[in-house]
Amino acid sequence: MPDEHAATGSAEERASGGAITRDEVAHLARLSRLALREDELDHLAGQLGDIISAVARVQEVAAQDIPPTSHALPLTNVFRTDEVRPGLTPEQALAAAPAAEQQRFKVPRILDEEA
Amino acid sequence: MSTIKKTAAELAELFASGEASAEEIAREHLGRIRAVDGDVKAFLHVDEDNVLAQAQAVDARRAAGERLGPLAGVPIAHKDVFTTKDMPTTCSSKILEGWQPPYDATITARLREAGLVILGKTNMDEFAMGSSTENSAFGPTHNPWDLTKIPGGSSGGSSAAVASYQAPLATGTDTGGSIRQPAAVTGLVGMKPTYGGSSRYGVVAFASSLDTPGPMARTVLDAALLHEAFSGHDPMDSTSIDRPVPPVVEAARRADVEGLRIGVVKEFGGDGYQPGVLARFREAVELLESLGAKVVEVSCPHFGHALPAYYLIAPSECSSNLARFDAMRYGLRVGDDGTRSAEEVMALTRAEGFGPEVKRRIMLGTYALSSGYYDAYYGKAQQVRTLIARDFDAAFEQVDVLVSPTTPTTAFPIGERADDPMAMYLADLCTIPSNLAGNAAISVPCGLADEDRLPVGLQVMAPVLADDRTYRVAAAVERALQDRWGGPLLAQAPDLTEAVK
Repeated sequence: MPDEHAATGSAEERASGGAITRDEVAHLARLSRLALREDELDHLAGQLGDIISAVARVQEVAAQDIPPTSHALPLTNVFRTDEVRPGLTPEQALAAAPAAEQQRFKVPRILDEEA
Repeated sequence: MSTIKKTAAELAELFASGEASAEEIAREHLGRIRAVDGDVKAFLHVDEDNVLAQAQAVDARRAAGERLGPLAGVPIAHKDVFTTKDMPTTCSSKILEGWQPPYDATITARLREAGLVILGKTNMDEFAMGSSTENSAFGPTHNPWDLTKIPGGSSGGSSAAVASYQAPLATGTDTGGSIRQPAAVTGLVGMKPTYGGSSRYGVVAFASSLDTPGPMARTVLDAALLHEAFSGHDPMDSTSIDRPVPPVVEAARRADVEGLRIGVVKEFGGDGYQPGVLARFREAVELLESLGAKVVEVSCPHFGHALPAYYLIAPSECSSNLARFDAMRYGLRVGDDGTRSAEEVMALTRAEGFGPEVKRRIMLGTYALSSGYYDAYYGKAQQVRTLIARDFDAAFEQVDVLVSPTTPTTAFPIGERADDPMAMYLADLCTIPSNLAGNAAISVPCGLADEDRLPVGLQVMAPVLADDRTYRVAAAVERALQDRWGGPLLAQAPDLTEAVK
């Protein structure tokens, strides 16, 4: 099964800063759960290509032996005592729901017809 | 007696001494909002009854003898990225239009506890992504110095509200410069605390490793008072620093730079910088020298790569954070006609609910995190982040603070960069390194550019947890320049036409 989260096209070609293809933009929109219109895809293809070419400059300076930083300050796990505290009532939690039924969030079907 | 041009410190004094009630002060600021915000458009939401009820409650607390904070009775404009249980919280996005959160952000709760009166929620670039407030789904905010210009962003509603005397104080959040840049282009003081120094609980997340709430004000002391009022350890935010708040108010009052070593960042200047910005910056550096600071030039060789690293890291985190807007539990839902699947409804809702810049960043982040590209983009950007932090470490071995212009240009015309993302991103060129490294940085007004008579900001950067040092330097600059100008820079701003009086 193909990896849905892999981008399409040649990695070498893209990593060298080549413009992103329109097909690739359409694929990114699907991965991002954005139902974009055709004209939006056209417009974004040019803009994303420019941005990707510009940000590819990070490849100029970062040698292999530099450790990555994910966070500005060192993170340590934080524990707290396991005690009961007041939380939201079901009414508060559901107050902004687009749809609710029987004290639950009501959502569209999550399985495909053919599934 | 009009209170609208008074500083927060002066208003707090009037309240504490009983010369003015919180309600009187709130009423005058509501009057100012009614008079000028039709032109400025700083606020998304103002509920006068709610404001007056808050003010009356603060007056009642004082009457009951309660010990209130040093900013009690002072009104504040609150960026629409902080949750508020009595006001909508939209992040200027259609996807959250009308959302009423069931809880207060820690900073919101601390403002209330300290006796500040929240006037309303301010406009911003959608989900704090932008440098002009043009990315708001509810229309742009206008710069009080020139209504055809941008007020900066993403905290542009906050900057415009304070610069037009609708509020003496405002909250902001700074992910890549979103407090310092709007402060710079409207002639205000704006401060990005050390990452983890101010709580992110209840701040709608954009890029969690960078987002930092901070104060905006017309004076350095006011910014420090607000900083102190809402900062400090928060058990609800696991990245919150469990250490005492740096003595920022004391530093703002001290206002001296005698013997301080100040480094001018060599890489921030030259091509792409407006001559008037560079001229005011050079004068500010000379001023610091004349006040007894030792000024040297310092090279931070990787700062030139901070912008590309940021535009990989921030969109990557945003693509993950904004996945929560799935049309299921809160916010907008579009296209749920009983036949479409949850996935289809989700994609339709997100396409309808997010604006162009948010879509661009989600897709850019999705790209940077895709398998096959992760190492070449996100991985490399994280390595650059290490190099930026090392540049700061090396610089702070030689000097106590670093200085640069806050932004390469003054406020640009509304519309000029709206559909040119790369041009827009350049507004954050000088502010981004401190977000990547997490250190403290402030912007303080240092004059008007000769070309356009618009405000220029001086940025002062200090090491992690040395927030007080930025206030010390900014306050010294402010005091010396106000002596030279004969008053605050904002006194030179044009009077806004008060449409209703």
